Amino acid sequence: MTDVVSPVSGIPKTKAGRRDIGIKRRYAAERRFRAYGVAALSFGIIFLMLLLWSVVSKGYTAFQQTMITIPIEFSEQTIDPQNERAANPQKLMTANYPVVARNALAKTLGVSVDDRVKIRAVGQLLSDGVRTQLRDMVVANPAIIGTTQNVALLAAGDIDSAFKGQINLSVAEGNRKISDQQVTWMNQLAESGVLAKHFNTGIFVNGASSRPEAAGVGVALIGSFYMMLIVLVLSLPIGVAASIYLEEFAPKNKFTDLIEVNINNLAAVPSIVYGLLGLAVFINFMGLPRSASLVGGLVLTLMTLPTIIIATRAALKAVPPSIRAAALGLGASKMQTIFHHVLPLAMPGILTGTIIGLAHALGETAPLLLIGMVAFVANYPATPLDPSTALPVQIYMWANEAERAFVERTSGAIIILLLFLIVMNVGAILLRRRFERRW
Amino acid sequence: MNMMSEAAVEKALDQKMNDSSYKMIGKDVSVYYGEKRALFDVNLNVRENTVTALIGPSGCGKSTFLRCLNRMNDTIENCRVTGRITLDADDIYDQNIDVVELRARVGMVFQKPNPFPKSIYENISYGPRIHGLARNKADMDQIVEASLQRAGLWTEVKDRLHESGTGLSGGQQQRLCIARAVAVSPEVILMDEPCSALDPIATAKVEELIHELRANYTIVIVTHSMQQAARVSQRTAMFHLGQLVEENDTDKMFTNPDDQRTQDYIMGRFG
Repeated sequence: MTDVVSPVSGIPKTKAGRRDIGIKRRYAAERRFRAYGVAALSFGIIFLMLLLWSVVSKGYTAFQQTMITIPIEFSEQTIDPQNERAANPQKLMTANYPVVARNALAKTLGVSVDDRVKIRAVGQLLSDGVRTQLRDMVVANPAIIGTTQNVALLAAGDIDSAFKGQINLSVAEGNRKISDQQVTWMNQLAESGVLAKHFNTGIFVNGASSRPEAAGVGVALIGSFYMMLIVLVLSLPIGVAASIYLEEFAPKNKFTDLIEVNINNLAAVPSIVYGLLGLAVFINFMGLPRSASLVGGLVLTLMTLPTIIIATRAALKAVPPSIRAAALGLGASKMQTIFHHVLPLAMPGILTGTIIGLAHALGETAPLLLIGMVAFVANYPATPLDPSTALPVQIYMWANEAERAFVERTSGAIIILLLFLIVMNVGAILLRRRFERRW
Repeated sequence: MNMMSEAAVEKALDQKMNDSSYKMIGKDVSVYYGEKRALFDVNLNVRENTVTALIGPSGCGKSTFLRCLNRMNDTIENCRVTGRITLDADDIYDQNIDVVELRARVGMVFQKPNPFPKSIYENISYGPRIHGLARNKADMDQIVEASLQRAGLWTEVKDRLHESGTGLSGGQQQRLCIARAVAVSPEVILMDEPCSALDPIATAKVEELIHELRANYTIVIVTHSMQQAARVSQRTAMFHLGQLVEENDTDKMFTNPDDQRTQDYIMGRFG
C-alpha cells in the first residue's frame, strides 16, 4: 500500500485510500433518469400526434360541403298558385320549396316529373335544408318569383358522404342509404360540374339541425363567446381582488388558513358539482332561465375563480419583497405600494393564470349539461338570457348522432375548439412577453 | 460651499452637531418578534447633521433598531415595539402620527439596491408624486435633477433619464436609491448596510456621498465594516445580543472604547 497522506489537509491522495462511493453507479443512475425523461416526453408527444392526426384526418372534410348548383325556376304555380302573397305573407313561408328544387334537379337530370319512383329518388339527392334556403331567398326578395336563378343547393348528407368517399359503395344496394341509381346521377352531375365540393361556411354560421349538412356551430360559438365574456368580466376582478386581500391584507390566522385550504380544494372539485350548484342556486333559487349562457357563464365563473386566485397569489408572492420595502420606505401607503408596484409586476402571472382558467372554462362540458345547455337551438341567441349551447356541448351532441356526416362534423367542431384554445394560449404567451419586466 | 475650505465646513458642521439637540431619541426601546425578544431597553439618541453608525455582530439587533426609527417593523407580522422613540419631540409610535408622513420624514436606503423596474426619472419622481411635492412637470423635473445631483448621479444619467433604472450598475443603482430617498426631502436617512452589495470603488463613491449628505440630513447607517464606520461616521453605537453596549464619538470608539466588548469586537476577537 502506498497511502500518501497530504501533509496539509490529511486527504488521502491515492485511489486505494478512498472508500468506494460508486461513481459508476451514480452516472448510471443519472443516465437512467434522463432516459426516463426522454421516454415520458416521447410517450406524450406520440399521443398528442395521434390525437391531432385522428381529429384532423377525420375532421378536415367537414370544412367542405357538396353543393348542387342548378338553375331554379321559381315558378309562381308551385310557390303561390292563387297569387295571394300580397294579402297573406304567410303564404311565402309555407310554400312547397322542396318541390321547386326537386323539379329543377329532375329537369337537369332529364327525369320526368311524372315518374313518381324516380322523382322521389331525385328529391333524396337534395338536403331538406333547401326548404329554408329557398324560402329565405323568396321572402327576402319576392320579385324573384317567376324568374330562374342559378342557386347552389345543399346536397343531402348521404350524398355528401358518398361524394367524399365515406360510404362503402361495394356493399349490397339494399344495405346502404343511397341506391345505385342515385350514385349514377351523382357521378353524372359531378362530371358536368353541377355537383361539386365548396368551402363549408355553414359549419361556422348555422345553428343546430338534425340534418348534418345544415348543422353548424354558429349558436354554440355565440353561446361560448357570451360565457367567456361573463367569466372574464366576473372572475378576473373578483379573483384578483380576493387574492390581493388574502395575500397582502388578511391577517394570518386559523380562519384565513381554512380559507386557503378551501380555495385549493375548490380548484379540485369535479366540474359537474359546480353544475349542480348552478342548477340549485341560479336556476331553482334565483329563477334565471334554463339553457341561458348567463347561467353557464356564472357557473364557469365559480369554477374558474379558484384557478385565478391560486395563479394570482403565486404571482403576487413572486414579486420581490425589496420592491415592497422600497415603496413603503418612501412613504407609500400599503394600497399604493400594491397598485403602483406589486400588481404591475404580478400582471404577467395573473394574465397567464386567467387565460388558462378561461381556456379551461371554454372546454368545460359537464356543468353545462346540468343547467340545460345541451339543447337543440337553431336560432342565434340575441342576449345571454336566450337559450344557447356551447362548443364542447355541441361536440358532445354531434358525437351522439347516427349519420355518417356527423362523424366528420364532430371532428370538425373539435378542430374549431382546439383552434380557439391555441389562439387563447398564444394570447397568454404574447401578453406575458409584453408585460414581463426584469428586476 | 466652495468659498469655505473643507476643514472649515467640517468644523462648522461639528459645531452645529454639538450645539443642536437630538434629532431622534430612543428611550427603553424593546422589540419582540412574537415571543422572541430582539432588543433590550435600548437608549440611543441620534444627533442632527451627524452620521451615526450602528455596528455589531450579525443578529445583534442593529438593523432591528434602525427599522424602528421609521416604523418599517410595522410591516412584519408579530413584531411588537415598546419604549418611546421621538422625532423632534413627536412620539413616532403615537396614534396621531401618520406612518406615511413619518416615512416621508425618515427615508430609508436598503442593503440591496432596489430600484423600481421603471425609468430612472420615474424612480425619483414616484416619492414626490405620491406626497404631492411638485405642482407641475417643471417642478418635478427640478426635483429629479436636484436629487440626482445630490446623489452624484446626474452627470452619469442625465442623457438616459427615461431608460430603466435596473439597467444601471450596482453602485449606480444604490446611488439612485439614495437619490430616490432624498427626493422626498426627508430629515433623517436610514441606511441598512448600503454598501454590502457593492465593489470597493462603488463603496467609496457611496461613502463620499454619505459624507456630503451630512450637511443637509441626519444619517443613521448600519454597517458590518468597521473601517466604513470609522470613515463615514461621527458617532458610533455598538450593539451586542440585542443590547446597546456603548455609544460614543467614533474617534474615541476606535481608539479607546469604554467597554471591553467593544474593544474585543473592533480588534476582531469575536463577531
